[in-house]
Amino acid sequence: MPVTNSSRTLFDKIWDDHVVERLEDGTCILYIDRHLVHEVTSPQAFEGLRLSGRRVRRPDATVAVVDHNVPTSDRSKPIEEPQSRLQIETLEKNVAEFGIPYFPLRSASQGIVHVVGPEQGISLPGMTIVCGDSHTSTHGALGSLAFGIGTSEVEHVLATQTILQKPAKNMRVSVEGKVGPGVTAKDIMLAIIGRIGTAGGTGHVIEFAGSAIRDLDMAGRMTLCNMSIEAGARAGLVAPDETTFAYVKGRPFAPKDEAFEQACEYWRSLASDEGAYFDTEVTLAAEEIIPSVTWGTSPQDVLPIDGSVPSPSDVADPARAAQIQRALDYMGLEAGQKIAGTPVDVVFIGSCTNSRLEDLRAAADVVRGRHVAEGVRAMIVPGSGLVKHAAEGEGLDKVFLDAGFEWREAGCSMCLGMNPDRLTPGQRCASTSNRNFEGRQGPEGRTHLCSPAMAAAAAVTGRLCDVRELVKETV
Amino acid sequence: MDKFTELTAIAAPMPTENIDTDQIIPARFLKTIQRTGLGKSAFAAQRYDADGNEKPDFVLNQDPYRHAEILITYDNLGCGSSREHAPWALLDFGIRCVIAPSFADIFFNNCFKNGILPIPLPRQICDELMDDARQGSNSRLTVDLERQVIVRPNGETIPFEVDPFRRHMLLEGLDDIGQTMAHDAEISSFEHRPARAWVPSITIGTVK
Repeated sequence: MPVTNSSRTLFDKIWDDHVVERLEDGTCILYIDRHLVHEVTSPQAFEGLRLSGRRVRRPDATVAVVDHNVPTSDRSKPIEEPQSRLQIETLEKNVAEFGIPYFPLRSASQGIVHVVGPEQGISLPGMTIVCGDSHTSTHGALGSLAFGIGTSEVEHVLATQTILQKPAKNMRVSVEGKVGPGVTAKDIMLAIIGRIGTAGGTGHVIEFAGSAIRDLDMAGRMTLCNMSIEAGARAGLVAPDETTFAYVKGRPFAPKDEAFEQACEYWRSLASDEGAYFDTEVTLAAEEIIPSVTWGTSPQDVLPIDGSVPSPSDVADPARAAQIQRALDYMGLEAGQKIAGTPVDVVFIGSCTNSRLEDLRAAADVVRGRHVAEGVRAMIVPGSGLVKHAAEGEGLDKVFLDAGFEWREAGCSMCLGMNPDRLTPGQRCASTSNRNFEGRQGPEGRTHLCSPAMAAAAAVTGRLCDVRELVKETV
Repeated sequence: MDKFTELTAIAAPMPTENIDTDQIIPARFLKTIQRTGLGKSAFAAQRYDADGNEKPDFVLNQDPYRHAEILITYDNLGCGSSREHAPWALLDFGIRCVIAPSFADIFFNNCFKNGILPIPLPRQICDELMDDARQGSNSRLTVDLERQVIVRPNGETIPFEVDPFRRHMLLEGLDDIGQTMAHDAEISSFEHRPARAWVPSITIGTVK
């Protein structure tokens, strides 16, 4: 940042307020307010503590939950896969030994760590939040600096409540205007990733700004920030505003009464200053974004639903051309074909990207009065026990079950297939998750990323299609 | 962590962009509670067929690359998941150095924590090094962290940049937790700043 400019960005302010010490070469010891822990990336970290005789510095700033491995079917039965069971039991042993607050599998509040944190008021604006999971960026929707870390860093945070890092660069992505009907936060984010690419945000923290972002509810902002990592960014941020405060107020672990008012005053001061310097600026027009899906094996392989799959002959770089060909072969698609109309075998609505109550409502609005197409397996996996309970309170479970969907328990599920929810080789899935990598949802599975409304539309028609056509019919 | 000082080794060319950590180690192998033993599952989808047999066209199934200790790829190596199982799998396979035009942030960081040196170099230089690598076992590269150079088989040296702090940690094989714990007084003093009074504690027993 130029020294002549004392204006600071949202990122700069949160960063500055958490620097314990700046070391000689510019590396900072950065204090961490919240450390979220799950069963997959923590066992080796706890083992490291044990081997070196170290304790957890701030168990009262640490919260654990199981999500990646858990079955989303009947929870009254024991976990069948022995390795999954071992990982969950290992977490339970570790939280007991080190005194860490924990949401167990059969807790009514258990769920995906990035759904549970905000929902419980554990994640709050202005905080630094880490977790051994790249989609920790989700919590940036609250106006907190939240990023994923590796297991060595998990151990470092457990032992010291700090992390060693140099400041990131600032990027601002502004989406101005109003989105059209049927266009969601997911479509906005896919459009952004399509524009800047999966490495576009490398080394940066992205602040999402502009009127279309302000108009999003908290669930939408979480979807957006969740996929910051798919744009290569360290984290995503939305400045905390009245929408944020209304969301936070009254959550179990949020400050109460006077403490809440004082916190709001601080949180209001965090917005980027007028004239603050951004290393990179990108602007999109909301009106130009239409419902989108991915066609390939990288989240940047985005198409508007009326678009056609690219051809290797469209690009000059031979390495890039080979990559397109490989993606086409993997996905079982022909160069130049229309993406709309592609038949699907499976529909997955869930994951830390799109499993909140608002997401389920959007899907239910499309499904109501319709039925899952013949031969399609469609599943709804709520993000948490509380989301599931609230959805059932609104009768959404009935909408989905009547239409032929599976209504499951909370967990990461088919986003990454660590539990039994997996694609079989060659199966094609419309998925509300975040990654369409080769094998992500199961070996040789084919993933098309899209919004909950678009996934619901695919479920009832049996093919990728423009949700706006279905919604028009209903109106 | 093992020190990294100088490495002379076979390099495997993988001329692909966006090699994600799901490719390096698919999620179904993340159920371990150990750091070791993941080498046999590195790049599993590309390395083995459905019956577990090696696919002969995959570079790490070919001689001499099954003994590679250096990996050269194209842009954005290690994108996606933060899983440290990715560098653990590479390390367990035998990889100590990865070279690419660019890296994803978390993977880049995770490499250093495990004694793997990630070196960003321009695409054109990566192409030249890949050409060297394609010549097989008579064509080893030397990576000298002390001097910050790569020595090509023809004797040409290619300088590279590395963060001084991280270089120091690798050369000495140091554990950064111990280093940070030496700043305990500063961390404690930070925790007691009045401006932080709003940050709530989470008491065990309140989470259910």
